[in-house]
Amino acid sequence: MKLSDCRPGQGGTIESVGGAGRTLQRLLELGIVEGRAVRVIRVAPLGDPMEVRLGDALLSLRRSEAEAVEVSG
Amino acid sequence: MKTATLTRRVAVIGNPNTGKSTLFNALTGLSQRVGNYPGVTVEKKTGALDEGTQLVDLPGTYSLAAYSPDEMIAVSTLLTGPEQDGPDLVVVVVDAGNLERNLYLATQVFETGRPVVIALNMVDAAERAGITIDTEALSRALGVPVVPTVARSGQGLDALRARVHETLGRPAPAPPCRWPEPIEREAGALAARAGLPPFLARRALVDRGGAAEALVAAQGGPDAAGALAQARARAETALAGPLPAAEARMRYGWLAQVTAGCVTRRPAGRSWTDRLDAVLTHRALGSLVLVGVMSAMFLSVFQWAAPLMDLIERGFQGVGDLVTRTLSGTPFQGGLLESLLVNGVVAGVGGVLVFLPQIAILFLFIALREDCGYLARAAFLMDRLLRFSGLSGHSFIPMLSSFACAVPGIMAARTIGDRKSRLTTILITPLLSCSARIPIYALLIAAFVPATMIAGFLPLQGLVFAAMYFVGIAVAIPVAWVVQRTLLRGPPAPFVMELPPYQWPSPRTVALRVLDRCRAFVVRAGTLIFAFSILIWALGTFPRSEEARAEARVERQRAAATLSGEALRQREREIANQEAGELLRRSALGRMGRALEPAFAPLGWDWRIGMATLASFPAREVVVSTLRVIYDLGEAEGDDERDLAATLAAARRPDGRPAFDLAVALSLLVFFALCCQCFSTLVTIKRETNSWRWPVFTFAYMTALAYAGALATRHVAALWL
Repeated sequence: MKLSDCRPGQGGTIESVGGAGRTLQRLLELGIVEGRAVRVIRVAPLGDPMEVRLGDALLSLRRSEAEAVEVSG
Repeated sequence: MKTATLTRRVAVIGNPNTGKSTLFNALTGLSQRVGNYPGVTVEKKTGALDEGTQLVDLPGTYSLAAYSPDEMIAVSTLLTGPEQDGPDLVVVVVDAGNLERNLYLATQVFETGRPVVIALNMVDAAERAGITIDTEALSRALGVPVVPTVARSGQGLDALRARVHETLGRPAPAPPCRWPEPIEREAGALAARAGLPPFLARRALVDRGGAAEALVAAQGGPDAAGALAQARARAETALAGPLPAAEARMRYGWLAQVTAGCVTRRPAGRSWTDRLDAVLTHRALGSLVLVGVMSAMFLSVFQWAAPLMDLIERGFQGVGDLVTRTLSGTPFQGGLLESLLVNGVVAGVGGVLVFLPQIAILFLFIALREDCGYLARAAFLMDRLLRFSGLSGHSFIPMLSSFACAVPGIMAARTIGDRKSRLTTILITPLLSCSARIPIYALLIAAFVPATMIAGFLPLQGLVFAAMYFVGIAVAIPVAWVVQRTLLRGPPAPFVMELPPYQWPSPRTVALRVLDRCRAFVVRAGTLIFAFSILIWALGTFPRSEEARAEARVERQRAAATLSGEALRQREREIANQEAGELLRRSALGRMGRALEPAFAPLGWDWRIGMATLASFPAREVVVSTLRVIYDLGEAEGDDERDLAATLAAARRPDGRPAFDLAVALSLLVFFALCCQCFSTLVTIKRETNSWRWPVFTFAYMTALAYAGALATRHVAALWL
């Protein structure tokens, strides 16, 4: 499923990171790469962006950015 | 005499939120200097590591992939050899609590061919989170020295200094992490063709639309762009996917092996960051806390800054009075020198320093929030709200600060990483009603808006006041939207950002930040603002009408012959005020006001209003005191504005019509809500963008909007009223 469809508490292993250009590159640089575990912690008051845990870091992603990330599990 | 020592340069680079600034501050102390890189909006901070070694702070970044001239600064600095004043060594600051992601940048720095020392910072926080790093093993795996540090407490800094000196002059080790063969092959051919270092050729291949690609196109001769596209396509086919993904796989794959051998984890309890975030980024509670924190900031500005500003203003008035008293009885009494000193120099210096309390207090709050990690949470909470203007949550704090004063707001935009968003934020913040507009709003509303209630309970005056704030916001949103689709076009910047772990703010870092902001404003903006105050003084003073002065002399003699005691003093004040008014009306500024009357006529303004507006170019609040002088009320007759309000309401044009009516007053209000009559703002924009283009643009577009808004207001109001 897409990371953007995950509810708080849900997540899984990153299967693929799509999209293109700078946003894709930034996601990759921050460690959103295949094989890593990611979990949604919570969502901002207006429903967007979302806070996710990736390894030791907490990241804030917009839904439009999280849409490019496929997770399994 | 000191012998000429060879100056060594050491660059410091690191991810955002690694404590890089704290480390830089701790290493250089008060020796640091802040300047600008030529042609970009990036600040250049340098300082002395010790005698003979200079430390250069590079902008915080997650990667050396560069898409703008600003991002290219770090790359081109690292690629410049020591023989051309480039760095002899690079210190990469790495957050021990997030090793893999931080080392990603380090592996890129390895490829620039400079010797590297890793500062493994915040080892104490990592330890608390259950992460222990074997620095020896890490150093062996990376092939460079690794020094554990805690920049906040100064732990490990001496060791870091020592390792830097040991490593200076040693050759850089070969980068341990190898690029996939197809990229290496294509990059080699491209580097030869465009005469670029292999590092840039690889970046040109990987960073589609980036700064290195532009370099290849510029230097590679005809059809270089086509050759690059073909090379990229071949590499993508060979690697079965986009090149950035190949780069990330390569680096993170290698780093996973490295960290597996030197990081031990033990289970740690729920961290403070998690516990705090459960409240601070909670849907309801988080928003409440944000409102609370922001209200506290504003209350403090008004509670603490207002009295301090009063004090400064009164202090400078006192100095002015002192000058007047000292000169009284000398041949300079009432002369040019007195006027220059009192109305030019003293008022000019006071006009600069009066900003300091607001800058200091706002930056105290901003620096505290930034240092403890809350700034990113505020951006997280507000992102959605700001997005419809094309901006992101990062713009929230600068924009909010601008309701107090645009100067700290513009300076705070520095925390916005993306150049396009940062410039847009800088361009629109002056539209938000700052505290300097309050005296103008108060004066005109008190004079012309009837103190009635709408629907029995809404005070009309209060509504107009609120409407002025609303006008600024309502205009700022479409301006941001348009600017990002015209002047600052480009792909949207990724918003994805880190929410750093919370930490206690370091008093030293916060104090240095506040001090640095205040110094930057006074030293580098202050001098220009001061020069402009003198210029406006000169325009309002010259040519000096001898006729007006002679008339005043005759009046004074007549008064002295017929009056005495309190009546005489009263009359003398009147005469002095009339003389000041007459001199101003006949000055260059007065003539400009008359000459420009046709331009103001559509707004319903007579030349006096137009002239007061011209005179308030350096600072909009000056319009109040200029109006006083024009209407012969003298410059400062106590704090009571009611007599001015009454005078304005009673003022007549030559044909007997009132100079002001409600429509004219409203148009003036709208003009001052939207105009950029604030030289401090313009100079700060120049400083922050490193170019006169943006302040000139800001002044032009805001004046045009202000004029159009005033025109529309007057005509719409005239229809209704």
